[in-house]
Amino acid sequence: MAADLASPTPARSADPSRRAARLGVRMIGLGYLGLLLLLPLVMIFYRTFEHGLGPVWTAVTQPNAVHAFWLSIELVAIVVPLNTVFGIAIAIALERQRFRGRALLAAVLDLPFAISPVVVGLALLLVYGDNGWFGTWLSTHGIAVIFSVPGMVLATAFVSLPFVARETIPVLREIGTSAEQAAATLGANGWQTFWRITLPAIRWAVVYGVVLTTARALGEFGAVSIVSGRIEGATQTLPLYVQDRFENFDTTGTYAAAVVLALLALATLVLMNVLTRRTRRAG
Amino acid sequence: MAIEVRNVDKQFGDFVALEDVSLTVADGSLTALLGPSGSGKSTLLRIIAGLETPDAGEILIGGNDVTRVPVRDRGVGFVFQHYAPFKHMTVADNIGFGLRVRKRPRASVAARVHELLGLVRLDGLADRYPSQLSGGQLQRMALARALAPEPEVLLLDEPFGALDAQVRGELREWLRRLHDEIHVTTIFVTHDQEEAMDVAEQIVLMNSGRTEQVGTAEDLYERPANEFVMSFIGPVNRLGDTFLRPHDIRILADDDSDSDSEALTERIVHLGFEVRVELKLSDGRQIWAQLTRERAAELELEEGQIVSVRLGAARVFA
Repeated sequence: MAADLASPTPARSADPSRRAARLGVRMIGLGYLGLLLLLPLVMIFYRTFEHGLGPVWTAVTQPNAVHAFWLSIELVAIVVPLNTVFGIAIAIALERQRFRGRALLAAVLDLPFAISPVVVGLALLLVYGDNGWFGTWLSTHGIAVIFSVPGMVLATAFVSLPFVARETIPVLREIGTSAEQAAATLGANGWQTFWRITLPAIRWAVVYGVVLTTARALGEFGAVSIVSGRIEGATQTLPLYVQDRFENFDTTGTYAAAVVLALLALATLVLMNVLTRRTRRAG
Repeated sequence: MAIEVRNVDKQFGDFVALEDVSLTVADGSLTALLGPSGSGKSTLLRIIAGLETPDAGEILIGGNDVTRVPVRDRGVGFVFQHYAPFKHMTVADNIGFGLRVRKRPRASVAARVHELLGLVRLDGLADRYPSQLSGGQLQRMALARALAPEPEVLLLDEPFGALDAQVRGELREWLRRLHDEIHVTTIFVTHDQEEAMDVAEQIVLMNSGRTEQVGTAEDLYERPANEFVMSFIGPVNRLGDTFLRPHDIRILADDDSDSDSEALTERIVHLGFEVRVELKLSDGRQIWAQLTRERAAELELEEGQIVSVRLGAARVFA
């Protein structure tokens, strides 16, 4: 019913000094965004396509570039569903249940935001590396974690864990428990209540969390850089490939790969936007 | 199904919400849990539903101990204070929810939903969403949703609390008629004494986590068990330890001889059928009397007049 109330629009003031102030605020906001975000992005696109499409196409179809592209996609395909499921579970546990250690879990959830990804990489190395806690056991059983995909999945999952939970928690709090309780009085079990009542109510928060998780997983550099060993054509993700090309003074390769990475992120945003709009219209 | 509450205690932290509450509700009856806010009436209702667990005591429905039975298996219909609509579902889907989670066949769900839409007079609104309904319509949708699985017990938490006065009156009347039709054992929570007296067959008056008195509206008004009941139900004048209903204070004609006291008419308020006279007794204490307009006209009352009064039917609670 709150939606029925027209949102109050700020009264248009005829006072010129107030209008100037409003314009000023807008200019500062846009200017900051432009300088900080848009200009560098535009520059990358410009430098990439400076000499036409030909060299760019050659650069991005290099076997190592193609491998890096698919490895990044693979990581996203594993990490995003995992972190979505666990993110929702953590959000519900934190918001709907009272248990000992709840405050601790809430604090731990923010660790990936607080800790530098490089530290995360090093920590994983200490646990799963050759000289690490599980290292010997793992290597005698022939399981490779460090310098291979499982370690990269762990690193990416770690750094992108909080997004879904952090987006979902405030929405869970806002919707309250009465609809869930009503479902219970009507005979729904916990699972039915989750699928039919809770999930539809939090779906936009989850979608937004998924977008952020995807973007973070795609772009992750520090932690993955350490645990992957950056083996060309084997454990190089797109961001690592960009760095590799850069270090080898391959400007075209660097910019071309960077543009692919940027386009992937943009595609995620656009896809989610379209999905959101279509589902919203449907119901 | 009859409901029995036996010696229920409930505490939230340091706050005692219910203390040794026992109650019997007859099969098919309509009962109001009445009391000021914080008296424990909603907590008691939620405990009967299974939405809260009592710290001690038992709940019996139809003679079976259901204290440990989870909400979804208790067979109670519950109408929440703010209706708790499923906002992403249409009215029809809201009403059919309790049947669909029980995996009833599609056709029988549709038939039952149709029947209920008629019962709550929402036919034609089946495909609307809750955000497109008025408060009164939401209320009736919530009621239909609760009734759909044919519960043995219907529980309503402040069912009319969030509605404006006129809609409230209509729904009240309608709920009573509905109860005559479907005969499901019904308990509703209210803080409005008039609502309780109008709708319920039995009133349970609660205060600070205890039941003060259980009875009909007449019992509570005419034979209040204690000071709290007397002052909660209906208007009251208090003179020291003595309680007096304003309509039991008689203002006498000049020729009437058996008066108790003289009083000064300080203010006369005309409220339609009722006339309210604020009086100052000869010993300085202030009370008010309730008269019919005919009586007031007969006495030719004016403000600032000295009149004789008789204080009838006074009550003292030890």
